[in-house]
Amino acid sequence: MKLPGVREFSWREVGIEARLLLIGIPVFLWTMIPIYHMFLFAISPKEDAFSGKLWPDHPTLHNFEIVFKQQHYFLRDFYVQFWNSVVIAASVGVLTLFIATAAAFSISRLKVPGGRIVLNLALFTYFIPAAFLAVPMYRTMGNYGLLNNHWSLILAMVTIASPYAIWVLKQASDKLPVELDEAAVMDGATTLQIFRLVYLPLMMPSLVAIGTYAVLLAWNEYLYAFLLLSNDREITLPVALGNFLAADDSPWELLMTTGFIYALPPAAVYYAFRRYMVGGLTAGAVKS
Amino acid sequence: MAITLSGDQAVPGPPLSSRLTPAQVWGIVLLAPYLLVFLAFVVYPVCYGLWLARAPSNYVALYNDPIFARAAVNTLIFLVIGINIKMLIALFLSGFFAQQRPWIKWLSVIFILPWAVPSIPTILSVRFMLNPEWGMINHFIFSFTGDDGPNWLNDPTVALTMAIAVHIWKSLPFWTLILITGRLAISHDLFEAAEVDGASWWQKFRYITWPSMQTLYVTCTLLSMIWTLGDFNSVYLLTGGGPADLTHVLSTLGIRYLRLDQLSLAMASIVCAMPFVLPLVYFMMKRLSR
Repeated sequence: MKLPGVREFSWREVGIEARLLLIGIPVFLWTMIPIYHMFLFAISPKEDAFSGKLWPDHPTLHNFEIVFKQQHYFLRDFYVQFWNSVVIAASVGVLTLFIATAAAFSISRLKVPGGRIVLNLALFTYFIPAAFLAVPMYRTMGNYGLLNNHWSLILAMVTIASPYAIWVLKQASDKLPVELDEAAVMDGATTLQIFRLVYLPLMMPSLVAIGTYAVLLAWNEYLYAFLLLSNDREITLPVALGNFLAADDSPWELLMTTGFIYALPPAAVYYAFRRYMVGGLTAGAVKS
Repeated sequence: MAITLSGDQAVPGPPLSSRLTPAQVWGIVLLAPYLLVFLAFVVYPVCYGLWLARAPSNYVALYNDPIFARAAVNTLIFLVIGINIKMLIALFLSGFFAQQRPWIKWLSVIFILPWAVPSIPTILSVRFMLNPEWGMINHFIFSFTGDDGPNWLNDPTVALTMAIAVHIWKSLPFWTLILITGRLAISHDLFEAAEVDGASWWQKFRYITWPSMQTLYVTCTLLSMIWTLGDFNSVYLLTGGGPADLTHVLSTLGIRYLRLDQLSLAMASIVCAMPFVLPLVYFMMKRLSR
């Protein structure tokens, strides 16, 4: 027996699927091509890299070996620079969390006088385009005698990460019921005990999101790093990558290999904490 | 405890503890670290920078510098054309990613990558792809047409277009994500009702989706404007401001002056953007602190 509608229905489905694919395939290519190109260079011997092939004739891990064994002039300080990136990103994460959590607790839970004003000042900083603040910040770091010292980059990144962190954490704090604090006060808890035993545990998901945000921001930063640090053994990996370009005959396959290694940790961290990040961060960016 | 300013003018003030509760004292103590950071690394630099840029001669020099005029125009092109294209694509893709399909879920996970990975290796990767002799794109053009492709980064118009494309590549995922959140907040009943009434997709968009997302869309566009002004990487890493300093935008121009040791010009070029930035910031702050 013929079932009217079934055939037509499935054709319609196919049509919709085809149209979605018509969008999906270009989106996939657009997203992946620069990243694939980087990967392609990383696994290509020097001759293949410049040939424009989509897959090298002789894929190899030799480039990684060169990078990890520091067998090139540009890579002399690879491990030092990698470690600098790690230390700076971790310090920015810890300091931002400390400063922003304290401030959010103070403004949202303790209702400190003037808290509203500080929050608005922080928001104002959040909206200053980062490249604009870099110019005076560079000179200021010189005045403080911090240029070419890791603290200059750490403090600059904390300055940039904190406003947003305070904003997101303040919004999350406001959602915690006041009764919790009141009950703790009744039980004789001091302010610090409330902070440590009631507030911090409840804020954990937001703290993870903000910590990740600050770490990734610092790890990925190029402009401030390249302005504030210059000594080969003080710079972070992105600055070292930028310096590759200074040569007339840049070793592009090594540049891309190092770049690929450098891009892996943030991608991994991002995917590990994706749940927290998307919920916590997008909510704070635009309150609709 | 009395507050004493100096020995002989000791005026016994009211005890601090009678004016502030312990919780408020803690409040001030906990707020202090951020205030210190703010004073030392925002207030002081900004004031110092404004002081450096105070001389009118700086603005005359900027006015007479053709690179400045070009950078201002480029910035406008970036903002007006780049951002609108980016936001329209983000709006369109937010509808695509809101479809419930397993493969679209997977694609959305991949789609985030440009935002999650650092700028420098990916933008340099694009830079190499656009290399006229060795780059992948011109290899393709050659193998299909037998002709040499364009010298992408040598023509300022093409180079600026490529910088805008890189900017879109990098920031599209973030805005799409935000707009997806906005779309998913719309009640599904509205669409079902429209479906029953036989509404076309355009009617559904025009009368349901757009009205509920309009405010979010405008806010995103404005916020994106502020952040795009601060986007140094897309231009600097792709073109370095070249060829012949014709693709600078205000953010790379400021750094260029800085590198040429002309700090007051660098600051002045940023001050010139302020009449444009401050209203945007004011508007954004009003929206967010409602």
